Amino acid sequence: MAKSIKRIVISFAGLLIIWQLAVACGGFNPALFPGPLKVGEAFGELFTTGLRGSASGINLFGHMGASMVRFLIGYFAAAFLGVVLGLIFGWFTRAFAYVNPVVQLIRPIAPVAWLPFIVLWVGIGNLPAIVIIFIAGFFPILLSTVSAVNNVEPVYLKVAKNFQMSQFHTLVKIVFPAAFPQIASSLHMAIGTCWIFLVSGEMVGSQTGLGFLVMDAKNSIRADALLAVMITIGLVGLILDVVVGLCERWAAATWGFGIVKYSKRG
Amino acid sequence: MYIEVKDVSIRYEQKEELFQALDHVSLSIQKGEFICLLGPSGCGKTTLLNAMAGFEKASEGSINIDGQDVEQPDIKYVTIFQNYGLLPWRTVQKNVELGMEKRKVPKEQRRQLADHYIELVGLGKFKQSHPHQLSGGMQQRVAIARALAVEPEILFMDEPFGALDAITRMKLQDDVRRLSTEEKKTIVFVTHDIEEAVFLADRIVVMTPNPGKIKSIVNIQLGHDRDRTSDEFIMARDKIFEIFNMKSDRTMEYYI
Repeated sequence: MAKSIKRIVISFAGLLIIWQLAVACGGFNPALFPGPLKVGEAFGELFTTGLRGSASGINLFGHMGASMVRFLIGYFAAAFLGVVLGLIFGWFTRAFAYVNPVVQLIRPIAPVAWLPFIVLWVGIGNLPAIVIIFIAGFFPILLSTVSAVNNVEPVYLKVAKNFQMSQFHTLVKIVFPAAFPQIASSLHMAIGTCWIFLVSGEMVGSQTGLGFLVMDAKNSIRADALLAVMITIGLVGLILDVVVGLCERWAAATWGFGIVKYSKRG
Repeated sequence: MYIEVKDVSIRYEQKEELFQALDHVSLSIQKGEFICLLGPSGCGKTTLLNAMAGFEKASEGSINIDGQDVEQPDIKYVTIFQNYGLLPWRTVQKNVELGMEKRKVPKEQRRQLADHYIELVGLGKFKQSHPHQLSGGMQQRVAIARALAVEPEILFMDEPFGALDAITRMKLQDDVRRLSTEEKKTIVFVTHDIEEAVFLADRIVVMTPNPGKIKSIVNIQLGHDRDRTSDEFIMARDKIFEIFNMKSDRTMEYYI
């Protein structure tokens, strides 16, 4: 633990030094490429009064909160629907054979490409960003859950059949827990993807949030504030990732997942 | 007859080629008998077991248990698999309770029954352990306890000790032999190990591959207490070796 903290500190200190050196020796326009101190000041401004001259009138905490609400709604909707539909389609493979072609068609459409369409439909506000996050998370979670269900060790299903468990009980008591490790890792991956697309969603369709603040800072030609917001986005994403990782480990420890691997019969 | 396999054939299609897993097999098993299906891989012994247990459908012929045609698996006939089939996210106790959940046994009674069978297989101390914390032999004991907990009439065992080391395997053979007499279950046991079959079975069904067929059925009259080193045991074993043509013809002289 102490060792990894040391590495983290050195890593960021190195970045700051190189950054400062580049600013000092590069001779760039300080308005376009501000140094760490300038960005630190911008942080102070953003946290207290908010971006000067901004129309939104809220500070960085307000924007973070707005982003987080959208993120949580979009992400949990995607997670819930993705997992439930994934379980159902993974179980009824014949039904999925009819759904899959459409999914494969929609999946490669970048979530951002949906944006103009969504804005036309629902206007700007919370909804476009939520929909983008949902689209970004839903398909990977759905497909990963379907494949997790298909990969459930056949012997578990034989046991369920032998004990004459109903389809519903088999899904809840056998298939879901057996598929859970793979589902959990897809939920973990989706956290990152959703966070990335949240920012793009807010850049266009919104008047608050971190994505909006990026655009706001750019329009005010405030490179220092821009960098400060970018760093905030990175930090929040990192924290989300760590939290989910901890949840995943907790689940593995509570339910005894992860270590066992049964060999397939030859 | 209790289990009646009548003229059963099972064919698979593999890349447009027809594979005959079982070719007109007939077999009758009495209640309480210990039957071993013995043969090399590809002889259809597991296929035959799966068909009896309801996991596989016969292409031809019929299988009948206790007067009823076998259509699908039934909780009265529990199968034990080589790779145990324990649920890794459940404790030993919860694994053993699995089959009883379906039977709507009240919680308290469920626990007591589970305790009883966990004690019976000698794992009283490991009730709260997860399967991955146990050795292979212990895991298979849990699977046996789980099967017994639903009080089945028949145990189908599919090479249950195939993945265990020789000494653990012999210990479990002792236990299963004891269970079959004490609990009076009908047991159908698949193995490719001749000694295992001779030690366990009342009758050995010897099978040969390409296509899967019954070659002969051997009665083993060694009683309940069997000794792997006794002359009778070795003679019975030799008989099986002969059936597989694995005994050399030259007579040996023994000096002891």
